[in-house]
Amino acid sequence: MKLEVRQLTFGYRTVPVLKDVCIDAGPMVTAVIGPNAAGKSTLLKCLSGILKPEGSILLDGKDLKEYKSDELLQAVSYLPQDSASNAALTVFEAVLLGRLNSLGWTVTDEDLSLTLDALEKLGIEGLAKRPLNELSGGQKQMVSIAQSIIRKPGVLLMDEPTNSLDLQHQLELFDVIRTITEDNNMTTVVALHDLNLAARYADNIILLNCGKIEAMGSPGSVITEDMIRTVYGVNARVTIDNEGIPQIIPINSTRYCGPGK
Amino acid sequence: MTNVEATSIYGEIAGKKLFLLLLIASAIVLTVIVDVMTGPAPLSLGEVVSTILSPASNDQSFYVIVWTFRLPVALMAVVIGAALGLAGAVMQTILNNPLASPYTLGISSAAGFGAALAVVFGMGVVPFADAVLVTGNAFVFALLCCMMIYAVARLKRASSETLVLAGIAVLFMFDSLLMLLQYLGNPEQVQAIVFWMFGSLTKATWTKLGIMAVGLLASVLIIMVDAWKLTTLRLGEDKAKGLGVNVERLRLKGFILISVLTATSVAFVGSIGFVGLVVPHIARMLVGEDHRFFLPLSALTGALMLSAASILSKNVVPGIIFPIGVLTSLIGIPFFVWLIFSRKRGYW
Repeated sequence: MKLEVRQLTFGYRTVPVLKDVCIDAGPMVTAVIGPNAAGKSTLLKCLSGILKPEGSILLDGKDLKEYKSDELLQAVSYLPQDSASNAALTVFEAVLLGRLNSLGWTVTDEDLSLTLDALEKLGIEGLAKRPLNELSGGQKQMVSIAQSIIRKPGVLLMDEPTNSLDLQHQLELFDVIRTITEDNNMTTVVALHDLNLAARYADNIILLNCGKIEAMGSPGSVITEDMIRTVYGVNARVTIDNEGIPQIIPINSTRYCGPGK
Repeated sequence: MTNVEATSIYGEIAGKKLFLLLLIASAIVLTVIVDVMTGPAPLSLGEVVSTILSPASNDQSFYVIVWTFRLPVALMAVVIGAALGLAGAVMQTILNNPLASPYTLGISSAAGFGAALAVVFGMGVVPFADAVLVTGNAFVFALLCCMMIYAVARLKRASSETLVLAGIAVLFMFDSLLMLLQYLGNPEQVQAIVFWMFGSLTKATWTKLGIMAVGLLASVLIIMVDAWKLTTLRLGEDKAKGLGVNVERLRLKGFILISVLTATSVAFVGSIGFVGLVVPHIARMLVGEDHRFFLPLSALTGALMLSAASILSKNVVPGIIFPIGVLTSLIGIPFFVWLIFSRKRGYW
């Protein structure tokens, strides 16, 4: 699905958070990076339709405002930050809830087989009968993703999906994200703190700073020593490895913190 | 398209829950019968069953004992227990708080204050309407309390924290007003207030039972429409919104429903503590939080608990009906503590 954002502006009360944001994203993994309070989460909430910004968001050329709520739910799936829940539900039931808008009083065969499909796609069908609160952080995150892709959305929005995962699970999760993005031809937008993960797994990077787009393009073109110094206030060494992927080694903050001066 | 594996996985998950629902439902039938058998004049199982099934063909005295005295009380225990269990379950879900119960938000205190107001200032003014006045006042103040919380929630967005905090503020306000009335009242009035606050099923009549049952049935139907949405809410507010749930509206709808349910219960039988708090925890452990099962099971568990308490209240001190509100709290507290310590899996 083609995602175009034009002159998007949004503020909570009178505090502007996003200013004149324009984005073009297609069926690939797009990472939104930027320091804290840059507006990453707000941008995703606007794209998901939860927040109503000014400007326009076009999905396949049609404005988000013209979508009926059911159509929108079908088209866009949003995974909030820290979404792990301890609800007393089995994995199967939790994934089933991804079809909330089409669930009737009794569960249909279609509901059930789509749920199992989603679990199998992520290789977690073995967890089906386990309660959510017995799962590890990585497993919970997989359940959340299964819940989002059960509707077969054209756009998948994820806010910090690798938060609180260990290194191996972070890498595995992004492998899964890449695979489902390619297999389903999805436009995946991921808000991310970890620059190295963004550089390795994203096809396209959007750098957000103070609500404005600072840069947009391939990882190699966006992630530079200069950018990290001006936007993040960090001195870092960026080297390009033999796969052409930039690697970031942070050295120190550009501002001095500590005793004396 | 039928997927055999998916159907069998879900069949196993849902089958267990259905079985538990039926099990508890049949246990309630049993406790109701035992409840009717127990009392100053013990009846046999056969006498009770035959009098219930064919009221006309039996001994007149059996008829009076069963149909006039014991059955309304026994059924009131079921209906009130179900109402409190259901209200507690919805409350904990919409407030996302394991400590929430209809009484946490001050609804019971408000009702108590209303009743006390009628006792101290109203009694004797309208000599034939004593009972109506106390009950009516309790109901009006319980609703008033809910409207105050609702108003606060409307001013700020109805987040769960706002509702809980507003409820606690209201709770303290009515508690202190109630104390003030007890301070002002004479000893007889204070005793009447205290007795009312105990909670007692003996206030039950067929009319009250009818009103309560209709209210409960309507509430169940109204809230069960949103069962899936409530389940989704347990995944977190943002995720529920992402799945298209209008969280604020769902919360307010649930809240109004609980308010009416609790206000009616408290007005009819006084404060019966702990059922609304403990029952949802038991139901959650038994069937999880698919609200299509969780809500009915909470209602049934509440009914079973209060029905059992009703039997017990007649047996603690022979010849005396022990206040049921005291019983539920006394038994409820150790049970609740055991629940907390024995629980391996944390849901909150």
